[in-house]
Amino acid sequence: MTIRPTTASGFGSRTLGVRAQAAVAAAATVNRLSRALGRGSGTVAGGRVGLLVDPGLLRSLAVARQVVLVSGTNGKTTTTRLLSAALSGLDGMGAVVSNETGANMPAGHVAALAGAPDASVAVLEVDEGYLGRLVEETSPEVIVLLNLSRDQLDRIAEVRMLVDRWRTALGGPSPSPAGSSSTGSSAPRAAGTVVVANADDPMVAYAAATAPEVRWVGAGQVWHDDAVGCPACGGRITRPSDAHWHCDRCDFARPEVVADVVADELVLADGSRHPIRIALPGQFNRANAGMVAIAAVALLESAGVRADDGGPPTVDLVLDRLASVTEVAGRFSTVVRAGHPVRLLLAKNPAGWTAIFDLLEETGDTSMPVVLSVNARIADGLDTSWLWDVPFERLVGRPVVATGDRRLDLAVRLRYAEVAHDVVDGPVAALDHAGRAMVPGASMEFLGNYTAFADLRRAL
Amino acid sequence: MSSVVGRPLAICVVYPDLLGTYGDGGNGVVLAKRAQWRGIDVELLYAPSDRPLPEADVYTIGGGEDGPQVRAATTLIEDGTLVRRVAEGAVVLGVCAGFQLIGRSFPDSADRVCDGVGLLDLTTRKGTGPRAVGELVATPAADAPRGMHGVALPRLTGFENHGGVSIVGPGARPLATVERGIGNGGGDGSEGAWSGRVLGTYLHGPVLARNTALADLLLGWALAPDGSAQGTVAELEGLDDYEELALRSERLEAVDAQVAGGWRSMVGRVRARR
Repeated sequence: MTIRPTTASGFGSRTLGVRAQAAVAAAATVNRLSRALGRGSGTVAGGRVGLLVDPGLLRSLAVARQVVLVSGTNGKTTTTRLLSAALSGLDGMGAVVSNETGANMPAGHVAALAGAPDASVAVLEVDEGYLGRLVEETSPEVIVLLNLSRDQLDRIAEVRMLVDRWRTALGGPSPSPAGSSSTGSSAPRAAGTVVVANADDPMVAYAAATAPEVRWVGAGQVWHDDAVGCPACGGRITRPSDAHWHCDRCDFARPEVVADVVADELVLADGSRHPIRIALPGQFNRANAGMVAIAAVALLESAGVRADDGGPPTVDLVLDRLASVTEVAGRFSTVVRAGHPVRLLLAKNPAGWTAIFDLLEETGDTSMPVVLSVNARIADGLDTSWLWDVPFERLVGRPVVATGDRRLDLAVRLRYAEVAHDVVDGPVAALDHAGRAMVPGASMEFLGNYTAFADLRRAL
Repeated sequence: MSSVVGRPLAICVVYPDLLGTYGDGGNGVVLAKRAQWRGIDVELLYAPSDRPLPEADVYTIGGGEDGPQVRAATTLIEDGTLVRRVAEGAVVLGVCAGFQLIGRSFPDSADRVCDGVGLLDLTTRKGTGPRAVGELVATPAADAPRGMHGVALPRLTGFENHGGVSIVGPGARPLATVERGIGNGGGDGSEGAWSGRVLGTYLHGPVLARNTALADLLLGWALAPDGSAQGTVAELEGLDDYEELALRSERLEAVDAQVAGGWRSMVGRVRARR
């Protein structure tokens, strides 16, 4: 299938005002400086300076681009990566920019957009707490909402507060004046924002219910414990099956979906089945891919991209493009340490760790050692209590090594889960410790939370 | 007095569907495992809010968000089992929202006063300052409950995350004095409260994983023979707690180092000003 565009969108510094141009220049200078000083990639620092010089910079940079936002507690980075892969290099779609480093707050968005003036499509991962601001300032064509569950409660608001904020943000995302003025093109924003939302998460369903256009996808829910109470009336959410839920008190229920992710297929409402062939492991990633297919089609439609025959773009077109993604910023990649292949996995909260345990079970080999690493720095959340919401009991029988800044918290949790474990200081030493007990060449798994994962990658 | 003769010691995690946002369900696990490891017949019950509260010897009530907290309090009052079981000698541990709701009253998200279950003489109102978030260390009060052989509880460590300010009334006693953190936040430097066999705290962690002496105190109360005096603690076999002790000392040292660092920088600032 070939694709032809019906709209052409161009973007250059011409469309930026004087102040925004100065802000971009300032951001670029800071980035060069911070890189020269060896203080990280500098993108966020540059973005911050840019926003100081021009608080409206994000809005200016988003103008005349087609914007897709991806938010949710888990799977944001992977979904953003898959969506970028799906849209990149499509005839007529133009270049795609994305905040691939995972810097998912406005400074990171500014940095990504300022660094790619010619990209006409922006796929942006958005921290759950910033969704409202991003909707307001970028007038997105498509918003992808994955799931909401407890995460870093000392830093991020509680789930129900987030749901309320999302609901307000989505209640009427309208084209901003800046968004429709300067280009005078066909202005696809006027067609409104399409929200692609996970119908299996009652919190997401409630948050997105007020949006003008929602395409619901049955993408599953790994973690039910934050969606037991009905967000609409306080009643109880009842789940007669995995594919259905409803409130026992009010009429709030799983919305009608346009597609369901069933095992490794995307099943559309017309009954057609479309294979999800991705290189990334795990049911949660197949679910992310299903969301990506529906979101990408929505964007292609909004951009007026049509197939040769004039028909609409299809999910198969999108799904066929996802197999090229084999890792996401090191996640799901395999490194070799002392002759042992180590698969690197990252999860940040109880739902994420539960999904990874599902993945470990999918792999089937319970003799494979698992090295667990937990930190509690600012980016992770300072409170380690969440470890007690993770079903570590599922690791009973596996060789487990605990490491990371908070390995003692992990060790106590494992003790009460009755999981035999060793405690080792330092992630690389922990891999080596696990490796010494294994036959040469045997594989192991590494699972860390956010900064623990980064620590290991830096150390290897 | 609760009797556990002839049936398992029943530990009940109250309404995990409403409360337990901060891993506080772990308190039930810690109690159950510590009983089980001593050869005590034990059952751990997770009691959903849409069923009658089961009969139990120990109830743990965790933290949670404002709406579910109100619902949990209302449901517990209507159900009546908890109040009756406490009168019969059951042990209660309330943490954070669970601490507030076993008091006389607490505020909802709109700052309306809601009735608590009334197991503790404790009144909670909304704080005016920023939310109390961070490591909390407190020294047990001189008259705080004591463990086996009259041994005082050691320093309490945990993580607090709450916006409420709690005032301990004359019918209850503060559990501890804050060394680091906010605790009850009412200006008297107190943390937690207790009365009889009912004990509440702002400490997450979960609190019983970081403070096994407190876990054993609650178990000791629950296993005290029928008819024994208030505060009697049953003899419990010792457990090898080296991992919990390592975690405790690591956490306490981390906080002590922060405090020392804070003093040093303050002294530095004063010197610089001179």
